[in-house]
Amino acid sequence: MSLVLKPLRWFLLPVILIGVWWAASAGGQNFYLPTPDAVVRAFGPTWTPATLRADVLPSVVRLLAGFAIAGLVGVAAGTAIGLSPRLRAYSEPVLEFLRAVPPPVLIPVVMLFAGIDNTMKVTVIVFGCVWPVLLNTIEGVRAVDPVLDEVCRAYRISGLTRLRTLVLRGASPQIMTGLRQALAIAIILMVISEMFAASSGLGFTIVQFQRGYAIPEMWTGIILLGLLGILLAGLFGLAERVILRWYFGLRRAARDGGN
Amino acid sequence: MQTESPAAPVTAPAAVTGAARRERAGSNAVRGAVGALIALAVWEIAPRIGLVSSTDLPPVSTVLRVLVREAGTSAYWTAIGETVYAWLLGLLIATALAIVLGFSLALLPAVRAFTTSTVEFLRPIPSVALIPLAVIVYGTGLGSTLLLVVYAAFWQIYVQVLAGVADVDPVAEETARSFRFSRWARIRHVTWPSALPYVLTGVRLGAAVALILAVTVELVIGAPGLGAEIAVARSGTEPALVYALVLTTGVLGVLVNVGVRAGERRLLRWHASVRREVPV
Repeated sequence: MSLVLKPLRWFLLPVILIGVWWAASAGGQNFYLPTPDAVVRAFGPTWTPATLRADVLPSVVRLLAGFAIAGLVGVAAGTAIGLSPRLRAYSEPVLEFLRAVPPPVLIPVVMLFAGIDNTMKVTVIVFGCVWPVLLNTIEGVRAVDPVLDEVCRAYRISGLTRLRTLVLRGASPQIMTGLRQALAIAIILMVISEMFAASSGLGFTIVQFQRGYAIPEMWTGIILLGLLGILLAGLFGLAERVILRWYFGLRRAARDGGN
Repeated sequence: MQTESPAAPVTAPAAVTGAARRERAGSNAVRGAVGALIALAVWEIAPRIGLVSSTDLPPVSTVLRVLVREAGTSAYWTAIGETVYAWLLGLLIATALAIVLGFSLALLPAVRAFTTSTVEFLRPIPSVALIPLAVIVYGTGLGSTLLLVVYAAFWQIYVQVLAGVADVDPVAEETARSFRFSRWARIRHVTWPSALPYVLTGVRLGAAVALILAVTVELVIGAPGLGAEIAVARSGTEPALVYALVLTTGVLGVLVNVGVRAGERRLLRWHASVRREVPV
């Protein structure tokens, strides 16, 4: 019974929605709303392996590069600031202000420095993504279990070992939260920087379709971007489950033990 | 770090007297101000000694002069007004939608099961993907900004509402039931207050995202507001104006954060997480 019902529940609403979409667009009255089959038919010719390589791959590489740099910088600086209350006191207002600047407005600023090439796009992504990682790392490092800290000290665990096994490990759930937020910002900035100033990339291509009134093609671009977002979020979820396996296990144990 | 609080910080605050705490908060504020001054000094000196070109990064004194000049014009305040209006209206619509939909779906588990797949599909779609769509449907006016602001802020709040409604204490729920509270009274007196902290967290996250999206849409498609002003300033010959406007968006961001947090504290005055917080 539930074997039949469960997939049914999953697919019923999407099927209804696509049905509504189809019915609304069927007469061909609305130029801006193509029928779903027109979009599906446009998908293949628009996104061939060649265009994927030319337009989507550079975008994704820029996104991952910016995300990786932001992650490294954010965790390194966040650990340093989190471990030193003095440094924290000095830097907090400045960091809070920089975080409050909406990241896309940095695109015109970074363009003043770096022109409109790859460096600009990666820099913009780094500038936008680094804040959630940085601030979450600071919070995570501050919240490291004091008892474990004492144990470390009692066993004279210090230096790199302490950093790796106590500080970074203890802060890792928070760090992952920061990275998750950063990933969403990275996708937004990748698209925006390409929409704003670029001659290639997924964002650029979608805007070209829109300007050329190639409506079904524009829809395929939007859908492709959605799929990319889902794929990246899914991959991140997998990575998180591997990296934080000890943490999820701990929580489950605590829950079972508590009852 | 080691010398300041070797004991467990859990017990430390109780030992710290009010005066000492005030003193530490005071010295932290001084340090924060010093840090900000150092940052401003670097910004002022770096272009002056030629570390960076002053056309790329004008000294902060130049930027502040431009900012003061702009603050005397009505166009500047109109742009701020337009951005704030789009942000606030979008956030209100998104909050209302998320609360109504979140509560009705959470109270009808069957409906929730039907919508999960669609929600999980729509949620990770980056909101900026909808920019071309918004342009085609609404042109470059307020409608486009609102569409994207509502879409982006809605998910932040909606997910929190679902989590909040799911987190209701079953004992409280059963108690209300055994006292024969009506369904409406249970929502009003049990579900709503337990979900409120989650809802407000969602609103806080949504407020930040809504501001980002409002400025972004203005920047990219030229809908009226601060973002459009930045795009115009970039094509002009005065880089200091770009920085002055970016500073303005930063101040706006800080005000949004502070404002939403203050509202949250007020509305959750009764809640343990706020009551335990020590005012500094």
